[in-house]
Amino acid sequence: MNFLKYIWLIPLLPLVGCFFNGVFGKRFSKVTIDFFALGSTLLSFLCSVGAVWQLSRLQPEERVFNLNLFEWIPAGVALTAHGFANFSIQWGYRLDPLSAVMILVVTGVGFLIHVYSTGYMAHEHGPHLGGYYRFFSYLNLFMFSMLTLVLANNFALMFVGWEGVGLCSYLLIGFYFHKKSAGDAGKKAFIVNRIGDAGFMLGMFLIFQTFGSLDFGTVMARAAEAPIEVYGSVGVLTAIGILLFLGATGKSAQLPLYTWLPDAMEGPTPVSALIHAATMVTAGVYMVSRTSVIYTHAPTAMMVVAVVGGVTAIFAASIGLVQNDIKRVLAYSTVSQLGYMFLACGVGAYFVGIFHLMTHAFFKALLFLGAGSVIHALSGEQDLRRMGALKNKIPKTYVTMLAATLAISGIPPFAGFFSKDEILWQAFSSEYGRWWLWLIGVVAALMTAFYMFRLIFLTFYNESRVDPEVEHHIHESPSNMIVPLQILAVLSVIGGFVQIPKFLFGGFDGFERWLEPVFKHPATEAGAAAVEHASLGAEAGLALFSVVVALTGIYLAYRFYYRPSSAPDRAMASAKPVYTVLFNKYYMDKIYDALFVNRTKDLGNALWAFDRGVIDGGVNGSGWFTRFTANVSCWWDKWIVDGLVNVVGFTVKMLSYPLRILQTGFVQSYAFLMVLGIIAFIWLYVLR
Amino acid sequence: MDFFRQHILSITTFTPLVGAFLLLFVGKENKNAIRWIANLFGFLGLLVSLPLWFWYNRADGGFQFIERHEWIKTIGANYSLGADGISLLLILLTTVLGAIAILSSWTAIEMRVKEYYIFLLLLQVGMIGVFCSLDFFLFYVFWEVMLVPMYFLIGVWGSDRRLYSAIKFFLYTLVGSVVMLLGILVLYFHMPEGQRTFDYIQIMNYLHASPLASNIARFVWLAFFLGFAIKVPMFPFHTWLPDAHTDAPTAGSVILAGVLLKMGTYGFIRFSLPLLPNESQYFKGMMAALAIIGIVYGALVAMMQKDWKRLVAYSSVSHLGFVMLGMFCFNPNGVNGSVLQMINHGISTGGLFLIVGLVYERRHTRMISEYSGLSHVMPVYATYFMIIMLSSLGLPLLNGFIGEFTILQGAFQVSYTWAAFAVSGIILGAAYLLWLYQRTMFGEITNEKNKTLKDLNFREVATLFPLVVLALWIGIYPKPFFEILERPVNKVVATVQPDKFTVDSMGNLIVPDKAKANPLPASVPAGTEAAAAIQRDLPTTQSATPGVEKK
Repeated sequence: MNFLKYIWLIPLLPLVGCFFNGVFGKRFSKVTIDFFALGSTLLSFLCSVGAVWQLSRLQPEERVFNLNLFEWIPAGVALTAHGFANFSIQWGYRLDPLSAVMILVVTGVGFLIHVYSTGYMAHEHGPHLGGYYRFFSYLNLFMFSMLTLVLANNFALMFVGWEGVGLCSYLLIGFYFHKKSAGDAGKKAFIVNRIGDAGFMLGMFLIFQTFGSLDFGTVMARAAEAPIEVYGSVGVLTAIGILLFLGATGKSAQLPLYTWLPDAMEGPTPVSALIHAATMVTAGVYMVSRTSVIYTHAPTAMMVVAVVGGVTAIFAASIGLVQNDIKRVLAYSTVSQLGYMFLACGVGAYFVGIFHLMTHAFFKALLFLGAGSVIHALSGEQDLRRMGALKNKIPKTYVTMLAATLAISGIPPFAGFFSKDEILWQAFSSEYGRWWLWLIGVVAALMTAFYMFRLIFLTFYNESRVDPEVEHHIHESPSNMIVPLQILAVLSVIGGFVQIPKFLFGGFDGFERWLEPVFKHPATEAGAAAVEHASLGAEAGLALFSVVVALTGIYLAYRFYYRPSSAPDRAMASAKPVYTVLFNKYYMDKIYDALFVNRTKDLGNALWAFDRGVIDGGVNGSGWFTRFTANVSCWWDKWIVDGLVNVVGFTVKMLSYPLRILQTGFVQSYAFLMVLGIIAFIWLYVLR
Repeated sequence: MDFFRQHILSITTFTPLVGAFLLLFVGKENKNAIRWIANLFGFLGLLVSLPLWFWYNRADGGFQFIERHEWIKTIGANYSLGADGISLLLILLTTVLGAIAILSSWTAIEMRVKEYYIFLLLLQVGMIGVFCSLDFFLFYVFWEVMLVPMYFLIGVWGSDRRLYSAIKFFLYTLVGSVVMLLGILVLYFHMPEGQRTFDYIQIMNYLHASPLASNIARFVWLAFFLGFAIKVPMFPFHTWLPDAHTDAPTAGSVILAGVLLKMGTYGFIRFSLPLLPNESQYFKGMMAALAIIGIVYGALVAMMQKDWKRLVAYSSVSHLGFVMLGMFCFNPNGVNGSVLQMINHGISTGGLFLIVGLVYERRHTRMISEYSGLSHVMPVYATYFMIIMLSSLGLPLLNGFIGEFTILQGAFQVSYTWAAFAVSGIILGAAYLLWLYQRTMFGEITNEKNKTLKDLNFREVATLFPLVVLALWIGIYPKPFFEILERPVNKVVATVQPDKFTVDSMGNLIVPDKAKANPLPASVPAGTEAAAAIQRDLPTTQSATPGVEKK
């Protein structure tokens, strides 16, 4: 069977699942819902494995498979910098090594999270609860959108997935829509993402104007021929890069558009794992990697990416240090780790960004699912201050979470070590790298190790601070929740072995070579040559240093939170202002509200007043004026025009009055007058 | 059948009139019979219009289904009908929305039922007539005829300040149309004595051969502008719209938003652009500025509304801004998107007004604060509202996106600034709609009266379902629509910008030789070995005209 020909099934299958559960789910039993939701995702995963396996059997330079299904938007001819071009968007998929990695991560981790959700969301199923089928319908819709995003062969179709995952994120964050906070968070996520999407759209238009196409293959081929722009200048490619990156900051929660992600934790925990940790939020990293050719030709844009990534990494990690909600700690951690990925992309090491994306998907999904298991065990408790001593009560959750924590902290041989270390090394040594970028990365790594072990110590160690009510309900999660945890734990341990640095056992660069065809073009080859001569010893030394840093972070967390002591309180007391600022997340939400949200509302209100007062006032005013002039004319008509007429009439009437008295109508009078007349005539003519 | 085919436009136009006439003979206490007859003729009107879709020859960008009879010979007025792709889509939109509007009124109207349906059917006649008239005199007659039933619909069956709104609507649009009539008369008397006619095509040909003096032409353009801009409505002529919408009965709002506003945009693309291309160019900057102000202003004002219907009304101002912006890009992308967005707006905003109407009928209030948590008691309603809202805010795979995307693409070709400002409308659109949805659908039910609301019945679903199907169709596979629009739009574009675009008589764009040498490859059936072989390598097939220098 030729799986490549059927890659359109990979996104379509979850859509089918979404349709059945969405339309008929209300009448389905739990098993039927599971069947459609899990079955479609599993099949999609199997199709992905088959397709990737077939792709891998081709020669490396042939590993691009394009499949155009139909013409989607044929909007006519446009005049571009590339001459007349047909603005014609295909509904087409593209499988290459990059999208191959993505579909495996999305369908693989996605399927595990589907399985986990059958346990976690089980209490939502019931005759009066519509939650269960709705949840899986949304989740499958998400899978469809995400797979469309990563499989699309052009920017416009990618944008379909891009907005689609945003919608699913909105729906799932607001899943418990009766809670106002959930509705607010969903709305915030959508609108903040829309700001980024606006940048993405403008970037897309500029791409079409520049290259006369939106197809990845065509655009990249044409971009590869363009001259590399001067660092520090803003040319067309830099503009494209920055606009696209604005989209990425929205979707991947980077500064300045990160604020929606911590709030997104209002959604059910599996959603946080799938959408807000493992897959959707990495879309920005995927997009930057997908357009690596453009970025490589725009060094300024790359620097923007690297700096934003680095600053976000350290910024979010510092907030994570002091949060008390277990999911919020993980959310800030995600923001920070995404910053790492952008840092990698920004220094030209796209494959490392994707590598970290993959390992992060494993361990962060695991951390969220583990947190979900903890929350499940504690009947919904999310506050770290009311946890503790769970190590022996939920041992399986503990072990798997510990593995993930070691991985994210960068302890060898766990997966995170390999990817994070590679990022730091590239930030230091690549031709786009800077020592201070490396330093930012190291400080963020220190914080990461600290806040993660803080989380572990507060959750699993020490005496229990759990509410006594909840205490005796504590139970390990069912196997449909634990098994996905265990599989992800294994992946978090071994996932890094696909790319081993040279100083360890001679190294292994399978992952880099797999992705090479995607990122290889003349400009990167020049860069690669420059890196070659960097010394092996330096790399080993830096790696050792970053491990020491991670261990330091763990030790600090141990000192602060493991041994029952007053150390944290003392530290907090001595650094009260810093603590307050961090605890309040640098007041960013308040600042944004004050600067943008409220000002926009004010503007809206002002314009509305303007609309009623001035514009409609003008309309009503002209109406009033018309009536006024009508009244004046009426008065004029009545008193002047008609008055004159009446005056004439009156005059005539007055003058004729004497005559009128004569007209009595009595024959006798007339006869009498006639006689008088005759007498008068006789007197005049005869008697005179 | 031949007779039907030759007279399909007349039949489509006057089928509702037959219905209105029959209703005269039904006793007014016989409400259900009246409703059945009205619905029958609404549906019949839709049925007889459908063949247009199939019989329309997409390869020809000119007018088709032409009917021409002498009417008032002494002044050169003819009964002359015809449709090109642009008017065709609008006619179909009218018949679809007309049938839906009639269906939606079943229980909403209990008072003076007979008169109500007669006016609704007469309104249909006027609207379809406007879209297929090829004679200025006939056009003007239909244009004015349409005002009267709408005036009564708002004034008699409206709510709150219905008389104020009805009179405002009537007078405001009348002012515009009277000035427009002046413009028409200038064109009429521009023709040489003896050849004077109101025939659209003859006037256009004569104007192209011997244009008006430029100051007179600008006056005519502005006269048309006033007539059409009030109808669209463009900022700052929009204030009649929120009042009329808010006070009109549901069906009235649906028709008003869905079709009546398109009269203005249609007027621009049918008359202003082709008849006076130079003047359209001259006023392009002003139009784009007004359109962009409309987009942002409408969205911001919509955001702060407390009245559900008024919010939707202001959102129309914003959406119509997109339509106008796309049209005045004068390039195929923008204009295609503009016409498609007219249809999209009819579907989405028509749907939104139906949505408001459904709860208004239940609760008799439009205040947003009266509602919350409705999705607990009305899940089906919430689902339809969600889909229609998403279509209105331009989510990909629903209709609104296709229109906005191509319009913005067109705008970007003209000016980066236009596109950058207009894009903010998309962000604000998400803001006001999602906020509305959250306030009405999410949260707990706080108002006791909302706890017992009934979910949609079959008839109500039947009014929304076709709109959702259309929204999905245009979102997923808009190609048939673009095929219908392509050549008529090319003609318009080439008339306005002859220096950039040229067309042949059928409306095919003539691309300079160099580009022609590399035609678009025919699409290879998906999934075949050949496709795999062809498409495996870079660069792929899309929109490739490599090697063409900038013109």
